Amino acid sequence: MDAIRIERLSKSYRSGWPWRPPLVGLSELSLSVRCGEIYGFLGPNGAGKTTTLKILVGLMKATSGRAEVLGRPIGDVQVRRRIGFLPEAPYFYDYLTAEEFLGFYGRLAGMGQAELGPRITELLDAVGLTQARTRQLRKFSKGMLQRVGIAQALIHDPELVIFDEPMTGLDPIGRKEIRDVILRLREKGKTVFFSSHIIPDVEMICDRVGIVIKGKLFTEGRVDELVNHGHTQSVDVVCEGITVEDIPAITKVASRILQRGRQCLIELPKPDLLEEVLVAIRLHKGTLVSVSPQKGSLEELFLQQTDIQGEARV
Amino acid sequence: MWRIGVIALNTFREYLRDKILYNILFFALLLIGGSVVLADLTIMEHHKIVTDMGLAAINVAGIIIAIFVGIGLVSKEIERRTVYTIMARPISRTQFLLGKYAGLVLTLFVNVIILLAVYLLTLWVYDAKIHWGLIQAVELIFVEVLLVTAVALLFSTFSSSTLSAMMTLGLYVIGHLTTDLKGLAEKGQNEIVKSVTAGLYYLCPNLEMLNVKGPAAMGADIALSYQALASLYGCLYTALLLTAACVIFQRRDF
Repeated sequence: MDAIRIERLSKSYRSGWPWRPPLVGLSELSLSVRCGEIYGFLGPNGAGKTTTLKILVGLMKATSGRAEVLGRPIGDVQVRRRIGFLPEAPYFYDYLTAEEFLGFYGRLAGMGQAELGPRITELLDAVGLTQARTRQLRKFSKGMLQRVGIAQALIHDPELVIFDEPMTGLDPIGRKEIRDVILRLREKGKTVFFSSHIIPDVEMICDRVGIVIKGKLFTEGRVDELVNHGHTQSVDVVCEGITVEDIPAITKVASRILQRGRQCLIELPKPDLLEEVLVAIRLHKGTLVSVSPQKGSLEELFLQQTDIQGEARV
Repeated sequence: MWRIGVIALNTFREYLRDKILYNILFFALLLIGGSVVLADLTIMEHHKIVTDMGLAAINVAGIIIAIFVGIGLVSKEIERRTVYTIMARPISRTQFLLGKYAGLVLTLFVNVIILLAVYLLTLWVYDAKIHWGLIQAVELIFVEVLLVTAVALLFSTFSSSTLSAMMTLGLYVIGHLTTDLKGLAEKGQNEIVKSVTAGLYYLCPNLEMLNVKGPAAMGADIALSYQALASLYGCLYTALLLTAACVIFQRRDF
């Protein structure tokens, strides 16, 4: 079963002036998130990531299309008992202590006092806030607020967790902590759907990713498939004992040549060109030091997709 | 009901920790206590001044809280985006709105009870007459406060805090002038003015119906039938406003 199924979801906003056309937030977006996977939702600013997440948790209503969460339509209030949500740059009731704050969200999810006590202790420990249990949130740092926000999303042990930009504004340690939390959730069989700008984090932990641009889903799939499929892997060749610039057989195929003393780095845009270059190195009595195939990165794919769309707009 | 209660108790806790509320309460208590000094400065009707000013202090404090705290009930939640995490829980928008309203009403109730206690104590110390009419007047003040809070809540579901405050204040003033509006509608020459004033008379709440401070300060008790009718009117109007607020809030995107 899919944890999230979105079919041709559209959202447009009235511009405020009747003669102006409505602004498009989402345009027939379709995607699915499988149970138990970590799905990264990528896209530039204003692409429609937050709009999608808000529709899924009932903060916004779609103009058209349909979406299901855990097999139930998104309008079903009761399904939210099984969902945890952390918005982007969250703001919470700062007059509450961490303990009161988690108790409040737990009670909203229907939890009783008996189960709340141990759960609050467990979660505060998991996010490293045990010492701040009785401190008011107004005295929390940004990183602490993000961690207590994650704890509120998990207080009722949801099956599906939705995070909107959970790593934004955090230092490397904070980002690693969030990554660890997400990975632990997958180990427990939970589904995590999160949006992010921080591509290396997405690449590191996601099973699948979707790239949304201008309200449309352009690419979706496993990270390794996406970065390798349809993309030319480059190859780096390091050799020594020859001056590569003097060998036309190499200069005409290399995308970049870096000569450092006796050693030379030759960057080839395609693996097919490798044999030709190796023959040329042997022919000129050079020594091969290493051959390293370079895998494509999600960042390259992301930038390529956004560039294509940018050009299409022009 | 459970979730309305959770929201209400949290709202109540929020206001208990809000210094502004204590300032208003302190101001009202000062006004009640100050009435004794003012009464001593006058030549006649000492008791009436203490009785009158005390009721006015309870009324003013209640209305100030109802308007200036009520307008932030929902708009503050939206502006600060605290509503995001709450609406993502298994709670309907109606439950959220009613919970917020109930939380403020609970706060107002506690405030009115404290002020009433201090007021009665002041009257007792000053040896002024304590009678049933005063309690009836305070009960109708509370109904008025309930209604004004609902007005503020309704406006805050679709407009900013500043605009909501202005509109609520405007409706409060008009609410006390509806009888004059009716007179204007009956005696007016211009048809447009007549229609507008008649429309306002029927649309706006008649808050003067809930104002029995004058007779109560004079020592008169209010007929129970009138008190019941006025309370029912205030509560029905409040229910109508809350329903409208829920309908508008249901359609909002955050």
